[in-house]
Amino acid sequence: MNRKPFMAIFSLLALLLITAPALASGGGALKHANVNIRDTAATQRGARLFVNYCLSCHSASYMRYNRLAEDLGLDEDMVMENLVFADVKIGHTMDAAMRAEDAEEWLGKAPPDLSVISRSRGADWLYTYLLTFYQDETGGWNNLALPNASMPHVMWQMQGIQKPVYATHDGHEVIDHLTLAKSGLQSPEEYEDSVRDLVTFLEYLGEPSKVKRKNIGVWVLLFLALFTLIAYALKVEYWRDVH
Amino acid sequence: MAKPASNIARRADALWNWIDSRLPVSAFWNATMTGYYAPKNFNFWYYMGSLALMVLVIQIVSGIFLTMHYKPSAEFAFASVEYIMRDVQWGWFIRYLHTTGASFFFILVYLHMFRSLLYGSHRAPRELVWIFGMLIYLALMAEAFMGYVLPWGQMSYWGAQVIINLFGAIPSIGEPLTEWIRGDFFISDATLNRFFALHVIALPLAILGLVLMHLVALRENGSNNPDGIEIKANKDENGIPRDGIPFHPYYTVKDIFGVGMFLLLFAFILFFWPEAGGLFLEHDNFVPANPLVTPEHIKPVWYFTPYYAILKAVPDKLMGVILMGLSVVILFFLPWLDRSPVKSIRYKGLWYKILVAVFAIAFVRLGMLGMSEGTPAQTVEMRIWTFIYFAFFILLYFLSPGGKTKPLPERLTH
Repeated sequence: MNRKPFMAIFSLLALLLITAPALASGGGALKHANVNIRDTAATQRGARLFVNYCLSCHSASYMRYNRLAEDLGLDEDMVMENLVFADVKIGHTMDAAMRAEDAEEWLGKAPPDLSVISRSRGADWLYTYLLTFYQDETGGWNNLALPNASMPHVMWQMQGIQKPVYATHDGHEVIDHLTLAKSGLQSPEEYEDSVRDLVTFLEYLGEPSKVKRKNIGVWVLLFLALFTLIAYALKVEYWRDVH
Repeated sequence: MAKPASNIARRADALWNWIDSRLPVSAFWNATMTGYYAPKNFNFWYYMGSLALMVLVIQIVSGIFLTMHYKPSAEFAFASVEYIMRDVQWGWFIRYLHTTGASFFFILVYLHMFRSLLYGSHRAPRELVWIFGMLIYLALMAEAFMGYVLPWGQMSYWGAQVIINLFGAIPSIGEPLTEWIRGDFFISDATLNRFFALHVIALPLAILGLVLMHLVALRENGSNNPDGIEIKANKDENGIPRDGIPFHPYYTVKDIFGVGMFLLLFAFILFFWPEAGGLFLEHDNFVPANPLVTPEHIKPVWYFTPYYAILKAVPDKLMGVILMGLSVVILFFLPWLDRSPVKSIRYKGLWYKILVAVFAIAFVRLGMLGMSEGTPAQTVEMRIWTFIYFAFFILLYFLSPGGKTKPLPERLTH
């Protein structure tokens, strides 16, 4: 008898949970980044790309270099030598080379801090964004994921230059896809891998404790399963004389 | 009590007697636990109350530790939250306890309230239990709203902007009222500071007081049960309800099992899915508050979205605010809206089962629509479900006195 409301509420909750991601996402078609934050080598390569290409203008001011060393399995001297270009100590946060006031003057808008960018945008968006820079008719950089972005394509030498190919949909001329007009230092596949590495690093940067959190979570669930089992046996024992 | 075996045990016993003759510990324990008889047929729905109490404790304890590191200032709030997530040892765990706890608090409270609808727990003589429960719910909504502002992300800021501006719809006093609430002409450092004070001191105190009253009122008549009949109507020669069992140890051990089941789900979310796909922690709230940039799509957290949908369903702002307020206020009157001679859904006819099912679907569907972007088609749907939401209460009032019922059993079934 008491099964029915039980099932009803669970189907309601299930419905809510199934539709939740659909409601939460939205936006156009994004490429799948398929990042794996447990891939330390990828995260290390991404960190190198990050300090070389991003950190000149963007900061990651909630992140400390020594935390980077600890989480990526690097010793601090190595980090100081390869990843820290500013004149700061290992415990310092990852600040941009450019001053925010200058950036605002030069670019019209200070580039956003990237510490938690993966948490607001998501890995797939970042991946798509970094792959869909193209040169438009004005000769300037544009982007499919963020049209008229003020950011130039800083990794263009690696990727090469993409140009848009137009098609007509319902009388409107829209960009159908991008084509590589001038090849870069890397092949398209190599560049996709590089971008994946960078996005892996950004994903790590968004929540440095994520791997640790999941590792601990397994043990917590195992403990709770055991606890619940014992609690159930205790309940059954006590309730033997009821009814 | 058995004869003390040793000197230490004798002294411990003496100390216990000394305390108990000055503070009514055992009398209190007996009155509320071992000598308090609860119906023996509690089912799944009866776990929610004790679990909500546990989550309240989790929120208070994790909140205390967050307060040690959080900075209630427009300049440093966002950064201090990230500091907690990165530099404070176990800070991520403390914060996720608090954010996951907030959403689970509402899940439990909604299930707890729905239980009342199923079994008529709010009906006489337990109307005050329900009223205090509703007051807890109101205080909890205020608590959650103000807590959500504290991380000072874009959704914190613009959500607060939208909600506080609702008061501006009130004729003549509206505008000054919003300024008084904000302490400024716009959402600012002053607003953040006062919300912090209310969130960590005023509202938790109010909630604790109300929870106490909720429990005192509950203990006066004892719990209702899935059959909706009074166990006190059938007592044995010692004056003990025949269908009652002592709360301790029977329901304490049962609730410990409930705690285990609940924590399994809670820990799974906390450790593996703390954002819950953007429902528990919204993506836009990882962007620092910026008064100059309005987000494309402002929406409250999931537990407010049913009411937000009702607000958005009405084209006129003042009418929308009134209807939204009414949708919560009307719940206070539930004990008097249901006039059926029986309390539990088990002994009401099909009419009640349909009413409750449609109402539950309306609430969930409104919640989903409240987070949507609000296309014209969605707005039409919001209006339909809003109509159904209110129709439930009206139909309940008119159908319940004559609605079909089944004969009540003498004793608890099952």
